[in-house]
Amino acid sequence: MKTLEEIKKIRETKRKELDLRVNEKANTYEKHILVCHGTGCTSSKSPEILENFRRILKEKGIENVRVIMTGCFGLCSKGPIVIIRPEETFYAHVKPEDCEEIIQSHICEGKKVERLLCKDIDGSAVNRLDDLNFYKKQKRIALKNCGVIDPENIDEYIAFDGYKALEQVLTKMNSDEVIDVITKSGLRGRGGAGFPTGKKWSFAKQEINEQKYVVCNADEGDPGAFMDRSILEGDPHCVLEAMAIAGFAIGANQGYIYVRAEYPIAVNRLKVAIKQSREYGLLGENIFGTGFNFDVDIRLGAGAFVCGEETALLESIEGRRGQPRVKPPYPANCGLFGKPTIINNVETLANITKIILNGAEWYSSIGTENSKGTKVFALGGNVNNVGLVEVPMGTTLREIVYDIGGGIPKGREFKAAQTGGPSGGCIPAEHLDTPIDYESLTRIGSMMGSGGLIVMDDTKCMVNLAKFYLEFTVKESCGKCTPCRIGTKRMLETLERLCSGEGTEYDIYKLEKLAENIKKASVCGLGQSAPNPVISTLKYFKEEFKQHAIEKKCKTHECKKLSKITIDQELCKGCGLCQRNCPAEAIEGEAREKRTINQEKCIKCGTCIATCPFKAIK
Amino acid sequence: MSEKENLVTLMIDGIEVKTKKGTTILEAAKEVGIDIPTLCYLKEINEVGDCRMCIVEVEGRKGFATSCIQKVEEGMVVHTHTPNVLEARHVILDLIISNHAKDCLTCTRSGNCELQALATKFNVLNVEFTGEMSKHEIDDKSPAIVRDFNKCILCRRCIATCKNVQEIGAIDCIERGFESCISTTYDHSLNDVDCTFCGQCIEACPTGALHEKESINDIWVKLKDPETYVVVQTAPAVRVALGEEFGMPIGTNVKGKMVTALKRIGFDKVFDTNTAADLTIMEEANEFIKRIQNGGVLPMITSCSPGWVRFAEKNYGDILEHLSSCKSPHQMFGAIIKSYFAEKYGIDRNKICTVSVMPCIAKKYECTRSEMEVDGERDIDYVITTRELARMIKQANIDFVDLEDSKFDNPMGEASGAGAIFGTTGGVMEAAIRTAVDTLENKSIDKLEYREVRGEKGIKEATLNIAGKEVKIAVSSGLANARKLMEQIKMGKSPYHFIEIMACPGGCVMGGGQPIKSSKIRATVDVRKLRANALYTIDEKSNIRKSHENPIMKQLYDEFLEKPGSHLAHKYLHTTYSPKSKYDIE
Repeated sequence: MKTLEEIKKIRETKRKELDLRVNEKANTYEKHILVCHGTGCTSSKSPEILENFRRILKEKGIENVRVIMTGCFGLCSKGPIVIIRPEETFYAHVKPEDCEEIIQSHICEGKKVERLLCKDIDGSAVNRLDDLNFYKKQKRIALKNCGVIDPENIDEYIAFDGYKALEQVLTKMNSDEVIDVITKSGLRGRGGAGFPTGKKWSFAKQEINEQKYVVCNADEGDPGAFMDRSILEGDPHCVLEAMAIAGFAIGANQGYIYVRAEYPIAVNRLKVAIKQSREYGLLGENIFGTGFNFDVDIRLGAGAFVCGEETALLESIEGRRGQPRVKPPYPANCGLFGKPTIINNVETLANITKIILNGAEWYSSIGTENSKGTKVFALGGNVNNVGLVEVPMGTTLREIVYDIGGGIPKGREFKAAQTGGPSGGCIPAEHLDTPIDYESLTRIGSMMGSGGLIVMDDTKCMVNLAKFYLEFTVKESCGKCTPCRIGTKRMLETLERLCSGEGTEYDIYKLEKLAENIKKASVCGLGQSAPNPVISTLKYFKEEFKQHAIEKKCKTHECKKLSKITIDQELCKGCGLCQRNCPAEAIEGEAREKRTINQEKCIKCGTCIATCPFKAIK
Repeated sequence: MSEKENLVTLMIDGIEVKTKKGTTILEAAKEVGIDIPTLCYLKEINEVGDCRMCIVEVEGRKGFATSCIQKVEEGMVVHTHTPNVLEARHVILDLIISNHAKDCLTCTRSGNCELQALATKFNVLNVEFTGEMSKHEIDDKSPAIVRDFNKCILCRRCIATCKNVQEIGAIDCIERGFESCISTTYDHSLNDVDCTFCGQCIEACPTGALHEKESINDIWVKLKDPETYVVVQTAPAVRVALGEEFGMPIGTNVKGKMVTALKRIGFDKVFDTNTAADLTIMEEANEFIKRIQNGGVLPMITSCSPGWVRFAEKNYGDILEHLSSCKSPHQMFGAIIKSYFAEKYGIDRNKICTVSVMPCIAKKYECTRSEMEVDGERDIDYVITTRELARMIKQANIDFVDLEDSKFDNPMGEASGAGAIFGTTGGVMEAAIRTAVDTLENKSIDKLEYREVRGEKGIKEATLNIAGKEVKIAVSSGLANARKLMEQIKMGKSPYHFIEIMACPGGCVMGGGQPIKSSKIRATVDVRKLRANALYTIDEKSNIRKSHENPIMKQLYDEFLEKPGSHLAHKYLHTTYSPKSKYDIE
């Protein structure tokens, strides 16, 4: 148990000690080696790297260098990542056996290890973290502490203004003022739907009930999305602090974090954080001596996508099959165990403390007219820099894909990007310059979603893409309501027919009819948004659907049953290279003869296309 | 709050509706004659909005509203058949049918299927969105119930009934999405799990996914066989429901027509289970008096309801001594038919086939219990439900509605009014008390009706003063209520001396073998009350209203059983119970 004064003292002393983490010119003789311990880097041996550093430093008797585990730096495709502060040296793809060289060369001799320095898209080595194009257009608010602090050390969190917002709220504000700040900041739910957070809180506050709850929705389920996981892994206290603030605002004394069991690192860090906060008296009874009580417990989800839907999540916490409730009543009126409940997404909560400390005006100055602040995206797919990016609302897709993402690999063409995962839609090249915010994405047939952003190049078949997402929703439908349970299955079957050459033009009509009605008639957000990938691909790439249905062709060769690989007899020189590389022995012809493909044997793997030096195979 | 403040005014399809706050759109629409289609809706039992058939448009609101759940609001403007709603409804119905075994011609629910009715209403001429169909094996292992999930539309009315009404929870949804299906613990047969065979799920099912295991064909064979003497008996609740299967009003007493029909079908004797109910009372009242006088185990609990008995054996195996040792009336009757009756009329007992027409499917299981035989002869060979009897009557080409009346056969055709009310909750208790009071007071008491044990309440109680002794009685129907009373007993806190328990909410008139009423009828008509009232009317009009005053009882004891509770009575009329594991899973 710490007093307010003791917390302030920790903040002051620790902040000085950690100045080198954020200040390149920090006046210190110390160095901090930061080793990323996000899920990605951890799976590529970053704990071993950390151990190696510590062991070698000990062996060499070096005392002014500390090795720190941190959360994710964002540029996951470069992992495992090691950053040395204060000079911001960024080492990429570090292996445990590189530690010796880094310490010897960088620490002892003051020479950077050139071969391990992170390379930018143009191949040039980058000296400082901030010089990377990847970071230049980013603005880190939700991810502010990720990659900066040790997530398992509460003092480090406190050093960077941790629990200062809670202190301010509890000692200087009343609940209406808190809600007012959040409302004026323009913060909207980052889970996908974008409901104004302040409004949600005020609904729950208006309810008269002795028991209310704050629930953190950490059931991140979009394939390829890991924003919430990274926040929980890199800065768990900021979520706890925000939940306490929310609890104060609406009059709740208990919070639950619903997090999927597939996030063991995040779960563990949360456990550590909750324990530390309780020890410091920052969770529990009579926080800061103000009489305010608030505690947080973790509830593990079994991984059903639909449990990210708020009412299904509540059902799951209550111990029942995870399936949604019909709304109204909304959770703010009748939520967990029938009590008024607010459910906020991790990223939403990660903005709260910053808004309290910097004010509503500061926050609302970032972003667009109706979408304030920043948004974290998990950038993936056919893009050079795969990882986590946080950009101000209103940043264009082009900036994210080309400036931050470094463009499309192998010089291929951008075809489309999918935001919002299986609930979102695809955005074609013609909308690359659309500023990304809630309204504009909805207008062009997609949605913000929780932040998955998958880039696709011109080798991707959009019918196949729609099929991929439908496979996901069919698997993840809870089975409660008819349109989603049977309707999505029928859509998938139709797409499978189209992709295998058994489709007709009538199937396209059926898809449209099903999509529209499933969207309108399903019980929950999962069903209502499940047709989005189909609707948007049909909107922008209808020709491709028609090619599949009428001409029985898939020009990208992704739909194997539709593609037919042939050798242009004019261009073939009879070199036989394709024949030697064909794994199916499908290419016929002898000596210097021009080759042909036996279609019955061909498995459409495309190896011959890639190997032909004369571009004769298509 | 004044009545005016309690009212909400809204528009539905251009009609102004003034209705109570808290009413759903669906109910409000019904008040002005708008019949919004539903499938998963079962009033107060399953209001979950799963099927989506009841969607409507509410002006100013995004998406559709679920009318079976959504409450009316002041000034609401609702449209129930816009082109948008109609198209969505068609698509939903099409999707449901696309995953439904469309073998209506060979389905037991044809003509009484809510899905079929909707398909007719919306004139579904072809299924547009065909595709893979769920395939499930039919579960017909149990002697009572058959589950055919190829016809299941996942409305979950059965789950809600089992879980929320009966509080058994033998079935629930497993798997996800298209693979979702209703199942049991470890996907075992209903026969091997905690199902009690109450059959309430059958009554709740809108399609043919759940039905009784039919015995009609076996009985037709027996009837055709000149060597077999086929005796039928009909339970009290059957006569007040059978007419419904022929379009007659709910609660019509068709006793006379039923007897005529059974005779025309070809049964050699047609007896009345009401007579056996009187016999049960003779034994049960005697047992109760003995327990009171000799410090036996109290409270004593009735044992006529085999669903309840199975529930007790599976859940309260350590306190089964509270159950009366009396067999249920039709089992007693079976034993008497194959002994006393056979002997008296010189019929070879081996050649007698006993058939019971019951409002119950648990009785199909009960008659197969190993305890239910005397000297190697099964008490009852076949049990058929009220629904099955209706089918037999139709198969026999009998124009039921216009049939003349007949009387039950003697020597066991006479029954008291007390026997008749056995078919409704509270009836067994009332009948037993009539006899127990007379016996204990040693004179004929004028009071006949004990209204405190009548009615729909789940648990009813009364304190009676009998021969200077205070007797506390309780009556419950529905297994959720049974559990409450049993928990009390288990904790040693039961204040009662005598408890009547029936497994089905409302008693036998609402049994799992009775004519199935659609969700729409259940929402608007108190079926239980109409059927029960018909039984009470039979009682009121009876010349004999006490079991022990039925002359047949005197004859039976004089000629055969000696006296209630005698050695012979025990041999033929009493049974034993044993604890059973909840799950019969190896």
